[in-house]
Amino acid sequence: MSSPNSPTPSLATSSESDLALCARSVDVYYGNRQVLEEVSIDVYPGQVTAIIGPSGCGKSTFIKVLNRIGELESNMRVKGEIQFFGQNIYSQRVNLNRLRRQIGMVFQKPNPFPTSIYDNVAYGVRVFSRPSRAVLDDVVESALSDAALWNEVKDSLKKSALSLSGGQQQRLCIARALAVKPRVLLMDEPCSALDPIATLKIEELIRSLQQELTIVIVTHNMQQAARISDYTAFFSTDESQVGRLIELDSTAKIFGSATHSRTRDYIEGRFG
Amino acid sequence: MAFFDRQLTKPLPLGRTLFSYGMSAIAVLSTALALMALLSILFEIFRQGLPGLKWEVFTSLPAPAGETGVPSGFGNAIQGTVLMVAIAALLSVPLGILTAIYLSEIGKTSATATIVRFVMSILSAVPSIVVGVFAYAVIVLATLFNYKGFSALAGAFALAVIMLPIVVLSIEEALKLVPQQQRFASAALGANSIQTTFKIVLASALPSITTGVLLAVARVSGETAPLLFTALFSQSWIENILNPTPSLSVMIYNYSGSPFPEQTQLAWTASVVLLGMVLLTNLLSRLITRKR
Repeated sequence: MSSPNSPTPSLATSSESDLALCARSVDVYYGNRQVLEEVSIDVYPGQVTAIIGPSGCGKSTFIKVLNRIGELESNMRVKGEIQFFGQNIYSQRVNLNRLRRQIGMVFQKPNPFPTSIYDNVAYGVRVFSRPSRAVLDDVVESALSDAALWNEVKDSLKKSALSLSGGQQQRLCIARALAVKPRVLLMDEPCSALDPIATLKIEELIRSLQQELTIVIVTHNMQQAARISDYTAFFSTDESQVGRLIELDSTAKIFGSATHSRTRDYIEGRFG
Repeated sequence: MAFFDRQLTKPLPLGRTLFSYGMSAIAVLSTALALMALLSILFEIFRQGLPGLKWEVFTSLPAPAGETGVPSGFGNAIQGTVLMVAIAALLSVPLGILTAIYLSEIGKTSATATIVRFVMSILSAVPSIVVGVFAYAVIVLATLFNYKGFSALAGAFALAVIMLPIVVLSIEEALKLVPQQQRFASAALGANSIQTTFKIVLASALPSITTGVLLAVARVSGETAPLLFTALFSQSWIENILNPTPSLSVMIYNYSGSPFPEQTQLAWTASVVLLGMVLLTNLLSRLITRKR
């Protein structure tokens, strides 16, 4: 387990514009049903923040709030404030396309486009500009290299992305997200559909990416959170089925000596 | 320990066995009956039509009634059918794709989209003769580009009206089959909804869109009633899409009741050709779907 090099989170000392993401009192509703209440989280730049918690605690919902992708799939409403390097992402004037370019996302199930490997990675770049072939080639190669996939696919870039294995598809989705050079990468249980070896590869990848990137990862696998994250946020529900943030601290602290008894119970497998 | 009957070889009660066999027999018989009706139509068309199928029917005009020994055919009617179906597709497919995009990607479950969808399904149930009369009223009776009267354009318009709901509803289904996850993946890369629709959704759905369009083409190729009121017929080659235009279906309709045996023979042969064209279109759409 790595030891985080920045101080443990403390609301008092961190300046909001230094934080990659900073959520304050976020409430989330689906229609009239509240699913998250009063969630406040700091995400430090260049760190991996894991979100863990029992099923139905709203951890996947919360990550979809961070790049406002949740609004696309349902009647989701968000109250409260979320800042991305000091800018309120729920401001009326925010351009959603620019926002999502800065905050990329990898989904639970690999979802490559049914086009070639090359076109998958190039898609996000082409959406915003018309680069020359040479520039595009470079972007595709470096994104695939960053996603540790280049050596496996460099001779078959024209082949359909759907011909890859599940683990390769997920790394392709990571490469696709990296190609647009986001500052934050959100990962929604990226390994839940993968076998242990593919999972291991993704975990190594996350470790190697965090140098330049801020990563927020939702995982139902506690060992995974312990292995790859610097900070861990523990979400849980109360009797009313509304999810809350119970505790956010350095991963070492959460897994070693969590402050809250509910966190300790969950970590030690007594519930959830 | 005889809690259950261990005799695996013991047959089921007679009643159950008979019922099972009886139902299977009824199912097979019904299928045979349905097939027989279909096959006898095909058989009769081929029996009557094939003897007249020579190369000249594709390349010549119908000979004047009663005249024998000269090359006679319906090249102009094939021309007319292909021309009018093509114009109809040009009119209805772009409109249909955009409407389907509205229904599936923009309107979704909104009141407007629901109404549009409802109108489309009503439109698809309107008898084709009614569409023909409608086209007669708005196109044939109107003066277009100094022309007035029956024309290929009017015929194509009527066919386009018939094609539109088929195209819209089948393309909407095709678009809805594209997984939501693909739209989210595109949005998460900063694409706006129009980019997502055109670069991802349409591209993914292209095989099924092509199938839908081809099936609509096959469906209207044989339409007769709307063309009777709009394109009418002609004995000569097509020179202007604003003139009366022959088509295979109207030709079959006109000639099948003719007292001259050469003309009834032409009608049979035209049926074979029309059937072949529809079959080819259907096969093409199957081929495209399979490639997916």
